[in-house]
Amino acid sequence: MTETAEQDSIRALPTDTLHDLYRRMVRIRLFEEEAGKLMEGGRMPGFLHLYVGQEAVAAGVMATLRADDVITSTHRGHGHAVAKGADLRYMYAELFGKQTGYCKGRGGSMHINDLSIGMLGANGIVGGGIPHAVGAAFAAVYKGQDSVAVPFFGDGATNIGAFHESANLAAVMHLPVIFVCENNGYAEFTPQARHMLLENVADRAAAYGMPAEIVDGMDAVAVYVAAGRLVERARAGEGPSLLEAKTYRFYDHQGVKGLRIPYRTQEEIDTWMERDAISALGQRMTDAKVATPEELEKVWSGTREEIAAAITFAEQSPDPDPADLLDNVYTV
Amino acid sequence: MREITYVKAFTESLMQLMAEDEDVVVIGEDVAHYGGVFHAFDGLLKAYGEKRVIDTPISEMGFIGMGVGAAARGLRPVCDLMFLDFIGVCLDQLYNQAAKLKFMFGGDVSVPLTLTTAGGAGLSAGPQHSQSLEAWLAHVPGLKVALPSSPHDVKGLMVAAVRDDNPTVVVLNKRMLGVKGPVPEEIYEIPLGQAATVRPGRDATVIAVGRMVVEAVTAAEELAGSGTEVEVIDVRTVQPLDSATILDSVRRTNRALVVHEAVTFGGIGAEIASQIQEEAFDYLDAPVLRLGAPFSPVPFSPVLERAYIPDSNRIAAGVRRLLERSGG
Repeated sequence: MTETAEQDSIRALPTDTLHDLYRRMVRIRLFEEEAGKLMEGGRMPGFLHLYVGQEAVAAGVMATLRADDVITSTHRGHGHAVAKGADLRYMYAELFGKQTGYCKGRGGSMHINDLSIGMLGANGIVGGGIPHAVGAAFAAVYKGQDSVAVPFFGDGATNIGAFHESANLAAVMHLPVIFVCENNGYAEFTPQARHMLLENVADRAAAYGMPAEIVDGMDAVAVYVAAGRLVERARAGEGPSLLEAKTYRFYDHQGVKGLRIPYRTQEEIDTWMERDAISALGQRMTDAKVATPEELEKVWSGTREEIAAAITFAEQSPDPDPADLLDNVYTV
Repeated sequence: MREITYVKAFTESLMQLMAEDEDVVVIGEDVAHYGGVFHAFDGLLKAYGEKRVIDTPISEMGFIGMGVGAAARGLRPVCDLMFLDFIGVCLDQLYNQAAKLKFMFGGDVSVPLTLTTAGGAGLSAGPQHSQSLEAWLAHVPGLKVALPSSPHDVKGLMVAAVRDDNPTVVVLNKRMLGVKGPVPEEIYEIPLGQAATVRPGRDATVIAVGRMVVEAVTAAEELAGSGTEVEVIDVRTVQPLDSATILDSVRRTNRALVVHEAVTFGGIGAEIASQIQEEAFDYLDAPVLRLGAPFSPVPFSPVLERAYIPDSNRIAAGVRRLLERSGG
């Protein structure tokens, strides 16, 4: 395991890659904030687990992947879907429970998937998707393909059996899996110190004989560089690995009602929000003169327009027809 | 026709399925080098190699979940859960994942996963290696569940299960493994959801699940000696359930007894009895009877276990009760 401090690596990265990372993060941020407003306004049913704060992880990892690389996600999965290239119209339509949604209104926020871009689904069961990524990696190897698989999960999920069984299985079968733990310090509302004795989830990788890296999850460039190394390694047939990204959830576990004290201190929240990954990357890009403030602003305004159109599409889409309720219970 | 054992018919189905479709892989604990604890996988490793016949760590949630992911990516995995009793350690991957991906992902994904396992009592295997839990599985939309009752059916149902694009659980009965019967050599399919009328009769219908079919046929033969003709239906699959065949029979015989090894309370017999009263009430000359195990874990002692599992004598007694009740 190595601590990675890639503070100067920004100059080593192609400008296009930096803009790509920035754009992916902005798309996630705005998608989530608008979703939050829709929920708050009572326009959207169900649960909402916002990804805001953790954008650098999804953006950094996804920028290293190809469309045929498979990811699995969590209940907090919008960010992964957006970063993997999902269509925002179908995502919002699903949040609204519409027939045009990714799941035709049968899944909702926690089940967005799009196999055409290698998104094997968000999952409402903590740890539930991790073995699927191992299976996707197995299928790729079986078919002689060089794609990799990336299960995303939180610190809390590393206490569930599915994580441990999957890690051991991927290791013993030498499969191209990069286990990406987004350690946001909380399992729902329980702080890490009360749900595991280790300071680093990465230490768990040693138990399965696989290498691990710890990376600053508020630094998209650092995540990109570290994930890139591990993806390359997996693609070259060198087996699975674990990447722990230390990050933070700006909203609550669920919903948009704000940052609920006392389970987190205001000081802690402020400290992390000052490290906001999007502002940080933007600052570094303008400092390094690889982007102008105007260029970055155009990313925000362009994304706002795209999102407004996507929400309109979703709201104007038809509801599912109850007569079709039984569609897709079985493959016929 | 040549006769082979139930377990050999199972092995033969996999040999032939793997020959016809290279996307079929077998994954489980000790299935490759050892051939499975019941030797149900003997010879597969030699025939198809380590790439397609895979020993796993003792990680049912891990390797069944891996099967789900591999199935979603185009393979046709057969995962083996050694004993049905072990389902608790991997159930999430079966009922929340395999069963629901198709539906909750809007139809984008199919999960052609077959889970093979062994259920049933009668070998003094004790409370954690003898259970019949098919009703749990039948309750989950998205799953299919087969319980073959003969060497012929185990092969045909396995072929159907593996070719099916839905997650399907095939529950082998441990006491049937060494039982011989006629099995065609060529590959053939028994459609999932098609019950078999294994013995025709006019006086009462016995609807049986799994090995209870054998006991029901024995009971029917005994009752025939006293002039009572019992129709025996093998449900073959409890999900989907072939209600039409059951109802058609009961409308002719006017009496029904459902028998399974699982505990009576909340068993699949409750579902079948309920369907009969909803759909064929006016044809009934007696209340539908259920015969299952008492509401207790499966006991170890051979004496207790014999008392626990329904058998031909109890089935015959049940049919007599039906006839007495209706003045037949």
